[in-house]
Amino acid sequence: MEQVTIPAGQLRRWRTPQEVAALAQRARRREVLTQTMIYVLLTLISLPIVVPYLWLVAAAFSERVSYGIIPSGFTLNNWRFLWVANLGFVSGTAGRLPNIWQVVANSLVLAVGTAAIVVVVSTLAGYFISRHGFSRRAGFLKGALALQAFPGITLLVALFILLRSLNLLNSMLGVILVIAALHLPFALFVMKGFFDGIPWDIEMSALIDGASRLRAWYTVLLPQARNGIAAVAMFSFLWGWTDYIYVLTFVLRRSSWTMALYLNSVIGEYRFADYGLMAAVGVFYMIPSLLFFLFTQRQLLQITLGGTKA
Amino acid sequence: MGRIVLDKLGKRFGVVEALRDLNLEIADAELIALLGPSGCGKTTTLLMLAGIYKPTSGQILFDGVAVNDLPPQDRHIGMVFQSYALYPHMTVFDNIAFPLRLLRRPVDEIQRRVLEAAALVQIEALMDRRPSQLSGGQQQRTALARALVKQPTLLLLDEPLSNLDAKLRVLMRAEIKHLQRRLGITTILVTHDQVEAMTMADRIAVLRDGLLQQVGTPDDLYYRPANTFVAGFIGSPPMNFIPAQVETTDGQVAFAAEGMRLPAAEWTAPHLARRRGGPVLVGVRPEDIRLSLVPGESAVQGRILDVEPLGRELVVAVTVGRQVVVAIAEHGFAGKPDQPVGMFVPPERIYVFDPTTESAIV
Repeated sequence: MEQVTIPAGQLRRWRTPQEVAALAQRARRREVLTQTMIYVLLTLISLPIVVPYLWLVAAAFSERVSYGIIPSGFTLNNWRFLWVANLGFVSGTAGRLPNIWQVVANSLVLAVGTAAIVVVVSTLAGYFISRHGFSRRAGFLKGALALQAFPGITLLVALFILLRSLNLLNSMLGVILVIAALHLPFALFVMKGFFDGIPWDIEMSALIDGASRLRAWYTVLLPQARNGIAAVAMFSFLWGWTDYIYVLTFVLRRSSWTMALYLNSVIGEYRFADYGLMAAVGVFYMIPSLLFFLFTQRQLLQITLGGTKA
Repeated sequence: MGRIVLDKLGKRFGVVEALRDLNLEIADAELIALLGPSGCGKTTTLLMLAGIYKPTSGQILFDGVAVNDLPPQDRHIGMVFQSYALYPHMTVFDNIAFPLRLLRRPVDEIQRRVLEAAALVQIEALMDRRPSQLSGGQQQRTALARALVKQPTLLLLDEPLSNLDAKLRVLMRAEIKHLQRRLGITTILVTHDQVEAMTMADRIAVLRDGLLQQVGTPDDLYYRPANTFVAGFIGSPPMNFIPAQVETTDGQVAFAAEGMRLPAAEWTAPHLARRRGGPVLVGVRPEDIRLSLVPGESAVQGRILDVEPLGRELVVAVTVGRQVVVAIAEHGFAGKPDQPVGMFVPPERIYVFDPTTESAIV
C-alpha cells in the first residue's frame, strides 16, 4: 500500500498560551455584546405592548389624566363601580350600569360553560381521532381546520336565525354553544397532538395489565394529557371571558350583560369619557387573564398542533 | 398451567401479510424465543398472544381453549415492552400495583404482593420514585415486576434487553432466565438478537417475512440449520456461504470453488451423489476454520484482507479468489494484512445447501 506523508511545514502550528487567552477573551466579549443586543432589541419590540398596559394600571389609580396620557394623584374612586350599585350619570334606569357582580357572574357562567364543553368534547374527540383510523378521517380533519379559518363574524346572521329557531336567543346557553363550536377545531387539534405524543405501548400495557379501554383512557392516558387539558381549558375560558360580539348579538337583556359589554358601555355611554373609571374596569377585566397566564405558562408552552397524520 | 398452541395462525394488515400459517406448541414453563429481523412478524405474533391484535386466520389456544376473541384484560398475561411502557405519572409502587388494583384486590394484599414482586427484581428501595427518576436497568426491573405481580400464566417479553447497555444486558439476561425458571412461568421472548435468543431460550422459533423457518433448541439451530437463512442468522460473525460444485474423484466427494477444494465428510457422499457436477452452497462457520501461516501446509491458500482484534480472539477476513471468507483465529495469531495464509476446514463441519431452495442438503 502507498504511504502518504504530510510535509512538516504544512502542518498547522498549535497556538501559544497568550494567543489562546486572547482568543478566549475575544469570544467572551462577543458573547456579552450579543446578549446585550438581544435584550435591547426585545425591550424595544415589547415597549408598544407594555406601555399601554402600564398606562392602564396607572390611570386606574389616578385622579386625573392630563393631556390624555399623564396620570397624576392617587385615588381609589375609579373603583367605585365595585361598591356603588347602578352607577351612572344619566338620569333614569336606561343609562345606568347594571350591578358589576351580576355582570361578573354572567361572564363566569359564559367562560366556565364554554371551557367545560370545549374540554370534554375536545378530549374525547382528540383521543378518538388520534387513535382510531376511520374512513374520511383526513377529510374530517381538513374540514375542522377550514372551520377554524372561517371568521365567525360572517356567520352572525345565520347563527342568529338558528338560535332563534332553537329558542336559545337571549340565553347564555346559546352563546356558550356558539363560542364552543367555533373554537372546538383548535382545541381538537391541540388535544389530538397531545394524544399523538403518548406512545401506543403505554396504552397496550394498561390493557394487558387488565384495564378496559375506557379505564386505560381515564387512568393512564388522561393524566399524561393534563397539560393539554389545562391549556385548552384556559384558552376556552378566555374565549368565553373576552367574547363581545356574540353576547352583543344574541343576548338582548341588560341583566345578561358580560364584562365586555359592561366595559363597552363605560367607554361609550358617558358624555365625557371618564378615563379613570374606564381604566379601572379595564384592569378589573384583565385580572382573570393575568391569573391564568401566571399559573399556566408551563402548560401553555407544551402545546403543539402536531401533524395531521391521516 | 400455561400450555400455548398456535394453530395455523395468520395476520394480515390490508394487503400486507405479516404472519402466515404459524404452527407452534409451547410447553408449560418453557421459555421460547421468537427470533428474526425486524418486520418478520415476531412482534405481531406477540401482540396477537396479548390480545391487542386479532388474528385474521388460525387459532390461539391457552391450555386447549381458543382465546382469539378474549380481550387483553381477560387473558391473564404479563408483558414487558421494549420501551418498558411504565406509567410516567405513577410511582414505582403504583406502577407495580396497577394490575392488582384493576383486579380489586384488598389493600393489604396489594401492599404485600407489590413488595414481593419488587423484592424479586431487587427494587424495594425505589418504590417512591417516578419512572423518569430511574435508570434504564431500574425501569426494566420495574416493568418486569409489574408484569409478574399478578402471577400471569404467560409472560411476554418484547425485546426486553435492547435498550440496556452491553454489561447490564448480560446481567439481566441471566437474571430473567433465573427468575423464569424459578417461577415456572411460560415465557415468550421476542428478539432480533441471536445471542439473546441462544443464551436465554429453551427453544427458538426463527421467523422471516411472516414465515416460520425452523423451531428447535439452540443446538439444533446452530448445528442443524434448516436453511441458509437460519444458518446465517445464528452465529457471529455469520456463516460463510461459498458457491461450489460437487466433484467426485476416486470415490472421494469434494466441493470445488474458485481457488479452493474442500473434501466432503464421508457420510455425506450418498446424499451428494445425485448432485455430482451440480451447484451447491457450501456453508462454513468462521469458528470452524483453522488458519495457518506456514506455507504449503493447507489445501486452501488465500491472502489476509483485514484483521480485527477482539481481545480473546481475532476476526480475520481472507480473500480466496474473488471470495472473502471470514475466519476466527485464536489469540496470538500473527498474520498481517496482505500476508498469504492457509485455511483448513474439517470436512465434518461443512454445511451444504441447495442454491435455489436454500434448504439444507445434509
